[in-house]
Order: sequence, then structure tokens, then C-alpha cells
Amino acid sequence: MSDATFACKKSHSEPGPGDAGKTGSWRVLRPIINVNLCIPAKTNKMACFNCWLYCPDGVVTRTIPPTINYEYCKGCEICAEECPVAAIQMVEETKLIKKEK
Amino acid sequence: MHIIESGNVAAASGVKLARAQVIAAYPITPQTPLTEKLSEFVDAGEMQAEYIPVESEHSALAVCIAASSTGARAFTATSANGLLYMVEQVHWAAGARLPIVMCVVNRGIGAPWTVWNDHQDSISQRDAGWIQLYACDHQQIIDTVIQAFLLAETVSIPVMVCYDGYLLSHTYMPFDVPDPDKVDEFLPAFKPAYALDPKQPANLNTVTLPDIRPDVRGNLAPGYMEIRHNLHVDLRRAIDKVAEIDARFQKIFNRGGHPFIEPYCCEDADFIAVCLGSLSYQLRDVVDELREEGLKAGVAGLRLYRPFPEQAMVELLAKAKGVVVFEKALSYGNQGALFTDIKAALYPGPARPFVKNFILGLGGREIKTADLLKTFREACTQGPASIDTPQWIGLKL
Ligand code: SF4
Ligand code: SF4
Repeated sequence: MSDATFACKKSHSEPGPGDAGKTGSWRVLRPIINVNLCIPAKTNKMACFNCWLYCPDGVVTRTIPPTINYEYCKGCEICAEECPVAAIQMVEETKLIKKEK
Repeated sequence: MHIIESGNVAAASGVKLARAQVIAAYPITPQTPLTEKLSEFVDAGEMQAEYIPVESEHSALAVCIAASSTGARAFTATSANGLLYMVEQVHWAAGARLPIVMCVVNRGIGAPWTVWNDHQDSISQRDAGWIQLYACDHQQIIDTVIQAFLLAETVSIPVMVCYDGYLLSHTYMPFDVPDPDKVDEFLPAFKPAYALDPKQPANLNTVTLPDIRPDVRGNLAPGYMEIRHNLHVDLRRAIDKVAEIDARFQKIFNRGGHPFIEPYCCEDADFIAVCLGSLSYQLRDVVDELREEGLKAGVAGLRLYRPFPEQAMVELLAKAKGVVVFEKALSYGNQGALFTDIKAALYPGPARPFVKNFILGLGGREIKTADLLKTFREACTQGPASIDTPQWIGLKL
């Protein structure tokens, strides 16, 4: 018997990237993958992908080489922590932004 | 069918008739017999409900929130510190717009520890976004519980049904248990506007950023302020629904007629006492005596406290010379909450009766009719108060 004119505004969404907005703007450190060290990039095999598996935002691709969607990557550093060959370096955004400008 | 039973059994009988599907509650005095009765009903197969024992009140309401999100009719009950222990979930249930019904069997809050009656527990939750209804006797308890489900489900807002611990919860009174078929006619099965479905995963009430934003499909989703504004607007609109549901109840059961405020001898009254709960019935005796003395007194028991029915309140008090607000709760460091609300309701209009505030019965301190009589009489005859601070009745300093 719920009246459809009530509760028209509720917090309801479907799972998917960007549900909390463009979280890329939260980032202080940017993860950058060194393809010379990255296992799938070096071996050309679908191997490892720890970064893809552990990224809490699902913004790393399972591709050779893996890529990161910086619109949503919030710079949590988990991928860099989980990479078995330390192929992911966290670089300060301020430095990169200055350079990019 | 008329029976003689306790207020807690009246509440449990209402929950049974309303066919609640999920019950989760943690026992606390003086609510305990209510939950015990419900577990007996479920155990005996008299109710087709899931009774989920929990380890705390916080979990009790969390279970109801989950159950209600899947489209089940959910019920819980608590008192005093139990209510405070579930406060995070109390606010959550309202923000999530879940039509849960909860009985608050009113009891004073510790410290110091008390198990006896006052209204500080439910009053402390007046700003949580729930609808708050107060019952004055056993008949109102059972009727209000049944109405609360229809109200909650109509407006997608949870409802507290508050009644006095011990004074109502543990005393025995005759009351009518409505006919189950008629209750089914009054309260159809719960058809939620939205229910969680594993086939269609969804995020409910996840983080909202300060501003509105597009959702994963690119549609603009409301932000925190929009969702909260909607809750407020709907609470205000719910006032009309309370009246509609009361009228519907009256048509089927021939009881009710005072959805917001229950007046007694108020029509021609110069002085009106206002209060919550069973105290208003005790004050009827006082009004009778004052009338015999020649004082035109009346008493009004507020049934709906949140959303606050300003209009009905102002209409009731407009012609009075004085208003005396008796409260079993206090906004510590300020005044009684109801006192503040009543003055605020009167402020924009032309009617300016004097308004006085008396605090009484905290932690179950006995409220003597003789004290009420003396206080009410003096408050009327002495006229406007020179100070705006509440006076305490029955205080032994
Ligand atoms: S794990 Fe963290 S830092 Fe790495 S890509 Fe995902 S969000 Fe960015
Ligand atoms: S975790 Fe490191 S090595 Fe493995 S795929 Fe990611 S970047 Fe490459």
C-alpha cells in the first residue's frame, strides 16, 4: 500500500565504476606501471594481474600491459603494494600536474 | 473480542494481527513481556513470522533494516538505554525510508540506573526522522500498532509507537482485540515500492558526495541534501496521512477520531493542560475537579508528536487564556521539548495564551493527582509566568 508520491528520492544505485563520482580527484599519489618490469608486459603472457585483482575500485584492466583509469583511480597504493616485482611506482600528483601543465 | 490483559500483550496482539513477518528484539525492562509474547506466538505457529534472537538492540534494528529492505514487514521493540544503544540504526532506518514499526515502552534513561517510566528515551529520538505516536491506554496501544504499519508503509517512514512503561505495559485493562478479517481489510499485505533482489544487485545508501552526481547509467542521482529534504517534506505530508488512516480505521472499527490530539473538555476551556501518554487520562480527573470548582479547564493528550501537528495544536489552543505543559522529559539545560514546540507553534499566529512548563515523574517518581490539581489550579489562577524556566513537581530537595 505504499504511496508512490512518497520517498521519491532515495539513495539507490547499481554497482559499477564511478558510483561515488569521479574519485580520481581524491588522488594525491598516482600509480604508474613500469612496463619494463611488469610481468605480463615483459613475458607477453596473461599472468600475475595482482594489481587488477586487488584494486578496490576495479579501475585496472586485465590486459597486456595493464592500464589504469585515472578518472577513478583514487591513489590508494594497494596495487603498488601487491605488485610482486615492484613495477608500480607512486608519483606525487603535484609534480605530474606541474609537468602536464 | 474483549479481553483483560497487560499493555505489552495489547502491543503483541497488534503485531500479530498486523502479520509482521520478521521480528527481532532484545529484551529490556519494561518491554520484555512484549517480546516474550511475540516469541510465544511464533513458536506456537500462531504467527507466520521469523523471530530472530539478537545479541543487542543495535543488531535488532539492523535485522529489521535488512528484512525491510527485502520487502518484509518488520517489527522491533525496546526501552530506554536499549533505544539509545540502537540509535545509529534508528537514524539509518529513517534515512533509508524503511517502514519498520517499533514499540518504545517508555522508561527513564541512566545514569543513574532506573527501570521506571518517563519519556526521555523516545523524546531524545524526536529528531531522528521517525514518526512518533503516543498511546494513552491499552486500546490505543493495540489500535495504534495496527495503524502504524499502514502509516509506515504508506509514507515509507518508520514509526515508533510509544507507551508508558509499567503504567501501561504492566497494568491490566479490558480492551477489544479487533477481528482478524477486519484487520486484513484495513491493512493489506505489504507491497514495498522497492525490494532488494539478488538478481538485480544494488547499492543502497552508499556514500553520497556533497553535490548531486550522475549514477553509473549517467542519470543524475539525488545527493545527501536532496534525500534528506525529501524525508522532511514527506514527514510534513505524512500529517494528512495520519488523519486519513485514522478515518479509515474509524470506518472499519468504529474507534478513533482524534489522530493528532485527544481533547477532553477543551471546547470552552480557558486553561488547557497538554502532555503525552497516560498522564493525559490522569489529568482528566483533575479537570473534572477544577470544573466543579468553577475553573474552565481542559486537557489534551498529544497522539502525534513527530511530525509535529502545529495546525491542530494552534487551533486547539487559540481561544485559551493559558496553556500548561506537563512533561516527563526535559531538554537538559533548556526546557521541556514539548513546551518549546508549543510556544514555537503559537508564535507566528495572533493567539498568545501564556504557556507554562512543569517537569514531573522522572524515573518513575509518583505523580500524585493532588499535586497535579494544586499545580494546575495555581498555574491557571496566577496567570502569566514571569519566568520561562520549567518548574518541577514532586521534587524533594
Ligand atoms: S589499487 Fe588504488 S592506486 Fe592502484 S589503481 Fe586501484 S585505486 Fe589506483
Ligand atoms: S601486479 Fe605488477 S607485475 Fe603484476 S600485472 Fe600488475 S603491474 Fe604487472
